[in-house]
Amino acid sequence: MPFRLPPLTLRNVVVALVLIALALLPVYSQLAGDRFALTLFTRIVILALSALSLNLILGFGGMMSFGHAVYLGIGGYAVGMLAKEGIYSGFIQWPVAILASALFALVTGALSLRTRGVYFIMITLAFAQMAYYIVSGIARYGGDDGLTIYKRSQFFEALNLSSKTQFYYVCLVILYLAIYFLYRLVNSRFGMVLQGTRSNDARMRAIGFSTYRYKLTAFVIAGVLCGISGILLANQGDFVSPSMMYWTRSGDLIIMVVLGGMGTVAGPVMGAIAFLVLEEILPILIKLGGVPFVGASAAARASEYWMIVMGPLLLLVVLFARGGIDGLLNLIGDKFKQRGRS
Amino acid sequence: MTLFIEQCLNGLQFGLLLFMLAAGLTLVFGIMDLVNLAHGSLYMMGAYFAATFTALTGSFIAGAVVGLAATLVVGMAVEVIAMRRLYGRDHLDHVLGTFGLILFFNELVRIIWGPAGLSLPLPGWLQQPLSIFGFQYSAYRFSIIVVSLAVAAGLYLLVMRTRTGMLIRAGASNREMVGALGVNIKLLYTLVFGLGAALAGLAGLMNAPILTVQIGMGENILILAFVITVIGGIGSIRGALVAALFVGFIDTLGRSYFPDILREMLSPTAASTLAPALSSMLIYLLMAIVLIVKPEGLFSAGQR
Repeated sequence: MPFRLPPLTLRNVVVALVLIALALLPVYSQLAGDRFALTLFTRIVILALSALSLNLILGFGGMMSFGHAVYLGIGGYAVGMLAKEGIYSGFIQWPVAILASALFALVTGALSLRTRGVYFIMITLAFAQMAYYIVSGIARYGGDDGLTIYKRSQFFEALNLSSKTQFYYVCLVILYLAIYFLYRLVNSRFGMVLQGTRSNDARMRAIGFSTYRYKLTAFVIAGVLCGISGILLANQGDFVSPSMMYWTRSGDLIIMVVLGGMGTVAGPVMGAIAFLVLEEILPILIKLGGVPFVGASAAARASEYWMIVMGPLLLLVVLFARGGIDGLLNLIGDKFKQRGRS
Repeated sequence: MTLFIEQCLNGLQFGLLLFMLAAGLTLVFGIMDLVNLAHGSLYMMGAYFAATFTALTGSFIAGAVVGLAATLVVGMAVEVIAMRRLYGRDHLDHVLGTFGLILFFNELVRIIWGPAGLSLPLPGWLQQPLSIFGFQYSAYRFSIIVVSLAVAAGLYLLVMRTRTGMLIRAGASNREMVGALGVNIKLLYTLVFGLGAALAGLAGLMNAPILTVQIGMGENILILAFVITVIGGIGSIRGALVAALFVGFIDTLGRSYFPDILREMLSPTAASTLAPALSSMLIYLLMAIVLIVKPEGLFSAGQR
């Protein structure tokens, strides 16, 4: 299939603008002297990659995996464990991490995909928890306390991952490549079959597709992509710990996907930005909004409890805005189009 | 040998405690088809309420009873305010919505009780060891076994022998039909959810004196309860009991004996690094095996 540019809708324009803005962020950070913005957005770009990968199976494949954060841990620990053994070369670390993620996804996916519905949710969760407990129990690699990584992955002389700006661009280029790859993938024959199994698995099997193989392939691809974001996360934090793959982290990833818009290529990127920025902004909003009502000190104290707003907010998104940000943009875009016609 | 008996009793106690949690979860699963992650939060609320009311009234029993009632009320309120709107929706919606509820409850507890944990002291008469057939066992753990068995029996009678129980069972096999026959489904759902919440609260308050009462205490045990409902077959209370006992025994005995067994097979250093990790994943392994062999769980809802 030749590459065709997506149509010029409001949604696509916004997505393009966001992606360009991400590329310009280090410039802003340099000019404004805002070091924190760069750290925050490096994290956002990395987690956007994992949300993107989850969306391939959750949004396009209809596989409700509740253990996707395990690949963050596998990718991260592959880097951390090799670094602990004195191997810092990225040419060894990264392929090992990718291979480990692929292998884990292949084995657990082959078993999990035998079940469906709630059972699938639970078995993916169980496998992730299993990995969590294994890592927590290995004393050599830090156990519960996690493992500090003293040197980031090393490639060539020219590429220094310890430089914040260079590292940011490495993450961003990987994210761009992943978006392009997934865009091509979901619009290919493979992607069509995958979306077909989401709509009606039995019918796809009846017309002769071995849906199990398609789903398993998607499961492995998603695992590998998330494993890569685990590599990046470990490098960013210079630290890995079992909490990277705790089940609440998998929940966060699902939130990002749904917040951005399931089953759309760029939705999870928007979702990751929205979720992580909200995490930073919500306390500030509560602080500022509360001042006129309860006074400055009480408002400052209340801002520590931002989660109490986040929780119900999530419930409201689920109840009333299922399309997420992507759906919202499409809705606004359609309104404009109608107004233009009349 | 004494140690072995004690570990078996501990396994039984832990299994029965897990059954309290899993029974509520499996009822809600089976009847409302609702994946409720916030079940662990209700467990936590039960423990916090009991600790607070025990401190207020000065009596463990009174605190437990009031705490249980409070959890029941909170559970029914959650059902009316939030859960009711989630029925009939996608499982993904359930997971997300109730995940939001977990965040809400954790934060609520932090606001009301502060970030530090509470402790629920036991009255003197429950602290002494009990002598059974010349063998010493914690009176409190023993009382957990007794209470849980009584609750399990009560639940059996309620579900199998009363009209409400008949409606619950009917609801689990065919919801639409029960509604079509003129049963007030809304009320039944609120009742079932409240019952599940009360069971979770009871498990929480009974476990509170053994562990500390703290934020997030419900989350680890929630996963165990899910594992049990899945092993037992969603919607089956009998399955939940069997699976809960399995998990309780395997987890308790695994933790105490697995390292020794491993040491027989591997070198001592390898065994001591692997044992803690492997023994805590035993139950997940059990679940994976059960699901691979019987993808619908041991007792699926049809054959309870």
